[in-house]
Amino acid sequence: MIPQNFTYQAPKTLEEALALLADGTAKPLAGGMSLIPLMKLRLAAPERIVDLGRIPGLNYIREEDGKIRIGAMTTHYEIETSPLLRARCPLLATTAAHIGDMQVRNVGTIGGSLAHADPAADYPAALLALEAEVRLVRAGGERTLPIRDFFVDVFTTALEPGEIVREVVVPVEAPGTGTSYQKVAHPASGFAVVGIAARVRRGDGKIALARLGVTGLASKPFRADAAEKRLEGTDGAETDLRAAAAAVTEGVEANSDLYASAEYRAHLARVYAVRGLRSALQAA
Amino acid sequence: MKRSKDPESQAQPKGLSRRGFIRGVGLSGGAVGLLHPEGEAAPAPAVLGPGPVPITLLVNGKPHKLEVEPRVTLLDALRDRLDLTGAKRVCDRGTCGACTVILGGKAVYACSVLAIDAQGKPIQTVEGINAGGRLHPVASAFVNQDALQCGFCTPGFVMAAKAFLDRNPNPTLEQVRKGLGGNLCRCGTYVGIRQAVLEAAKQMRGGARNV
Ligand SMILES: Cc1cc2nc3c(=O)[nH]c(=O)nc-3n(C[C@H](O)[C@H](O)[C@H](O)COP(=O)(O)OP(=O)(O)OC[C@H]3O[C@@H](n4cnc5c(N)ncnc54)[C@H](O)[C@@H]3O)c2cc1C
Ligand code: FES
Ligand code: FES
Repeated sequence: MIPQNFTYQAPKTLEEALALLADGTAKPLAGGMSLIPLMKLRLAAPERIVDLGRIPGLNYIREEDGKIRIGAMTTHYEIETSPLLRARCPLLATTAAHIGDMQVRNVGTIGGSLAHADPAADYPAALLALEAEVRLVRAGGERTLPIRDFFVDVFTTALEPGEIVREVVVPVEAPGTGTSYQKVAHPASGFAVVGIAARVRRGDGKIALARLGVTGLASKPFRADAAEKRLEGTDGAETDLRAAAAAVTEGVEANSDLYASAEYRAHLARVYAVRGLRSALQAA
Repeated sequence: MKRSKDPESQAQPKGLSRRGFIRGVGLSGGAVGLLHPEGEAAPAPAVLGPGPVPITLLVNGKPHKLEVEPRVTLLDALRDRLDLTGAKRVCDRGTCGACTVILGGKAVYACSVLAIDAQGKPIQTVEGINAGGRLHPVASAFVNQDALQCGFCTPGFVMAAKAFLDRNPNPTLEQVRKGLGGNLCRCGTYVGIRQAVLEAAKQMRGGARNV
């Protein structure tokens, strides 16, 4: 399997890269973990490749003004092992550890994963629960989107032609917040059949904040608003968790494939939502 | 089945075909000249390819000059051009680990990295791990533990195990299982492989006991 021929350019600055991508006819190359297999299968056949890998300054994890900024070219391995994230935003690091395998995490990037928008990718669940933001840039402009508005459909994002993911911004967790990522991994591919990111905060003995990001279940990752609302203000007793988890699949059209029927996926989502909420509360 | 192998086999949302979508994105437009922000004359990075491009790969300590099209993977460059056939081509799409080499100190799937993109970093293949006429501890542990049957997955496993142990010198059995989760063995030799990795870990730590 050999990809269709293409030209290759490796810009050294972001400005150069954006200029090369501006007309929307080139594809950016990050880790290549999704793009290269797709090109071999000719499911993608770009005539121009712009490699983002030689641009310094797109790979970082740093704290600024109560937020953590992660450069688009930061690898899953770097996120998984970042002492800053492990201490200050553990949900993202824990989630990264669930992605694929060692070889994939060594090379695959957060920017590539978001842009690829596989409906069974792991990061989206965590980023939704964290209410993250994505900073997008193109030649002559940039914008910042709440992660909710970034995912549009299967393999489809809000990225415009010529636009790339520049960085991802997540909050530093406030004290009293507990998080957990629970994943049913497909036994062969490792992707999420269902993945649930739970984030809860206690205040005055009650659940002051509840966030649930869900991946794998539907055509795009989503936040389970109904479940969140049901949990907030309760004591967080086991019955409260179950009642909330039951709402995770409300109004959702679940995916179905050879491995898991829609009904089974929805069942998994409810069971793993309880587990996620329980373990997030224990960590809070 | 791996997801990106056949996106269409996964759930189909109404109205939007995954394959159709990807193809649409991939095929858009033809090659055009370079665009520059207005008035700026910055020298654009060279347009390389689609024909053969001279590259240099630093393999097992030695620089190799060769000419490849940008679409040639590191795996094909190693096997077909440099005659280093240790890394195997099996799935050719990042699923099985048989092509694992160590690039810049990290285990990678050589089938999913472009050769042109592998320049500037040291590349280690299974041919380059033995030193001074002695087998690398990982390789000798595979022999001792009889950790292979047909042997086709072995070079990939050896390289993945070496990179894994460089990061985790004292792993538990469960950590080994997870750490080598990217490598498949069609003959099902996993039990022996995991024992071999634990033995190699012990050897490499100077014979200290695993706890
Ligand atoms: C065997 C295997 C198992 C995997 N398992 C999992 C899993 O369990 N969970 C999971 O979440 N993922 C999994 N993945 C996918 C993996 O996380 C990929 O790394 C990721 O989807 C793509 O990242 P990349 O950096 O390799 O991007 P690339 O493959 O280089 O690019 C992917 C797409 O994004 C575009 N792109 C890249 N960077 C940018 C950017 N900064 N801005 C705009 N567009 C960009 C490219 O043009 C391309 O269309 C797996 C992959 C493999 C091969
Ligand atoms: S041949 Fe590269 S992972 Fe299978
Ligand atoms: S020994 Fe035959 S594939 Fe592993």
